[in-house]
Amino acid sequence: MREGTSVSRLHAHDLTLAYDERAVAVDLAVRIPDRSFTVVIGPNACGKSTLLKALARMLKPQQGAVYLDGAIIDTYRSKEVARRLGLLPQSAVAPGGITVGDLVARGRYPHQSLVRQWSSADEAVVADAMRLTGVADLADRMVDELSGGQRQRVWLAMVLAQQTPILLLDEPTTFLDIAHQLEVLDLCADLHTDRDHTVVAVLHDLNHACRYASHLIVMRPGGQIAAEGAPADVITADLVEDVFGLPCRVMDDPETAAPMIVPARRKARAATAVPAR
Amino acid sequence: MITGGVLRSRRPEVSLRLDHRAFTVTAVLVTLLAAGCVVALSTGEYPVPAAEVLAALVGNGSPGMDFIVLELRLPRVLTAVLTGAALAISGALMQSLTRNPLGSPDVVGFTNGSATGALVVIIVLDGGMTDIALGALVGGVATAVVVYLLALRRGVEGFRFILVGIGVSAMLLAMNSYLITRAAWQEGIEAQAWLIGTLNDVSWEHATVVGLTVAVLVPAALSQHRELALLEMGDAVAIALGVRVERARVVLIGASVTLAAVATAATGPIAFVALAAPQLARRLTRATSPGMMSSAAMGALLLTASDLAVQRVFAPALLPVGVATGSIGGLYLIWLLATQWRGERP
Ligand SMILES: Nc1ncnc2c1ncn2[C@@H]1O[C@H](COP(=O)(O)OP(=O)(O)O)[C@@H](O)[C@H]1O
Ligand SMILES: [Mg+2]
Repeated sequence: MREGTSVSRLHAHDLTLAYDERAVAVDLAVRIPDRSFTVVIGPNACGKSTLLKALARMLKPQQGAVYLDGAIIDTYRSKEVARRLGLLPQSAVAPGGITVGDLVARGRYPHQSLVRQWSSADEAVVADAMRLTGVADLADRMVDELSGGQRQRVWLAMVLAQQTPILLLDEPTTFLDIAHQLEVLDLCADLHTDRDHTVVAVLHDLNHACRYASHLIVMRPGGQIAAEGAPADVITADLVEDVFGLPCRVMDDPETAAPMIVPARRKARAATAVPAR
Repeated sequence: MITGGVLRSRRPEVSLRLDHRAFTVTAVLVTLLAAGCVVALSTGEYPVPAAEVLAALVGNGSPGMDFIVLELRLPRVLTAVLTGAALAISGALMQSLTRNPLGSPDVVGFTNGSATGALVVIIVLDGGMTDIALGALVGGVATAVVVYLLALRRGVEGFRFILVGIGVSAMLLAMNSYLITRAAWQEGIEAQAWLIGTLNDVSWEHATVVGLTVAVLVPAALSQHRELALLEMGDAVAIALGVRVERARVVLIGASVTLAAVATAATGPIAFVALAAPQLARRLTRATSPGMMSSAAMGALLLTASDLAVQRVFAPALLPVGVATGSIGGLYLIWLLATQWRGERP
């Protein structure tokens, strides 16, 4: 593995994450291996988005700190962080009546200033980002008029235009049909292998996670990390049942030999009562 | 790839984006505004030919013309232009920050707060002109702080802030009525007159104060213009892109509240301009980012034209300009509510 084993560019210690008084995670430690494709999985509401927000300095930890390139993330200027680390939040609102090109161009903000609003470098990077995500033909269309899948790729293009070596993507495949899901995951994999980017994505499909991740972080309700590491080392039937409450079998994916999760049939699942949540 | 044009210097460091359509709209509005100003300066009880108006403006007028143009009419015209621009920019900022066309200073109570401040000075403290303006300023800013705190510091986005603002606005309105019932005869009349915004007795002082405020706060707001556009995509996206959201918001809210409060302090509450001018401008420019300059031009034009109408069309009755803008505003508000409820927004 090429992944750094010592201190990584993005890591956090002793995190306590909370909204007002309600704690989502206590004593959380995470390390995102450099140049990895890290996938975060876990049941609904276990705190995956919250973790990503904390890593992207959107949520101030009540305790502990997030480190970026060796320093606490808050010590950087905001634009400096935005040149190193990009985040695609789970719910992003496009302003009404904006064109695809204009939205993607907004990703250039951390590289711009009041008098440097649109350099030729900006133009080249935005064109490249739209080409990579396959939205170049849509440049002049209104974002409001796109399908969910097209819109998702436009947002991805905006984050790519930010040109950050570290990318955090919160459920980048929601709203996409299966082929487009794989397209987005292929794109992430390319960023990781060809461009040496570090990609962190929250995914819901466990089999996609196993197939694409070079590093898997499994979170359980209550915001603890149940397991982490290479999918083949981490994923077992016991773990999936323990974390998701889903009895299953783990087999080798016939295509890639990555672990593949096959849920148990309904009767067998009913036998082991699934905890309600 | 992107809309609009780009101005690049030969050195690569300078590149500016230019929205052709917004630029054209602003230029047309400013031209109309200039024409309106010339009409306002040249017509009236003593008609002055446009050539002599221009002569007086550049310092070549006869003493008589100088007096009519520079002393009697220019302060009023300038105050109308500056107040209209200040209100419109205030509205544009607040509507963009709240992401709602109803989030303008006159709807969320800032204007009624200014009125309360002014009435307290007129009726309770028996103060003079300057004190009244100061009272209006303090009242407007204090109301903004209260609304912000009552919205439980959840921020200015969304409906909560606007609903709290509408509630506070209604309470202040009741308070204002109560203050007037307590007033003595003479003060009561003075208070009533103040409550309907008017440009009937503005002087150079008014024009200067509003002008200085605009000169300081508009560049400050413009410096956060790109940040304002990014904030419309939600805090998460804005932070991710490197916007210092708290700082941007403080500057923008501060500018909006102060512009509205100073404008109201100078002329009394003038309805509708802050609410409608930015919306009208946005419909014309079809821009995605809130256009401060086009809004300012639209606000200045609306107020100047309204003031011209009440002076010339309804003369010799001394109608306050608030009557004109208020009645158009009511109609506009109904239309806005009707169209908004019918769709578009969730
Ligand atoms: N803005 C918020 N305010 C209060 N509670 C929140 C907020 N966002 C998320 N939560 C709560 O925090 C917990 C974790 O949420 P989240 O991180 O979004 O979960 P996930 O992304 O794993 O589905 C949930 O119980 C959720 O209700
Ligand atoms: Mg989530």
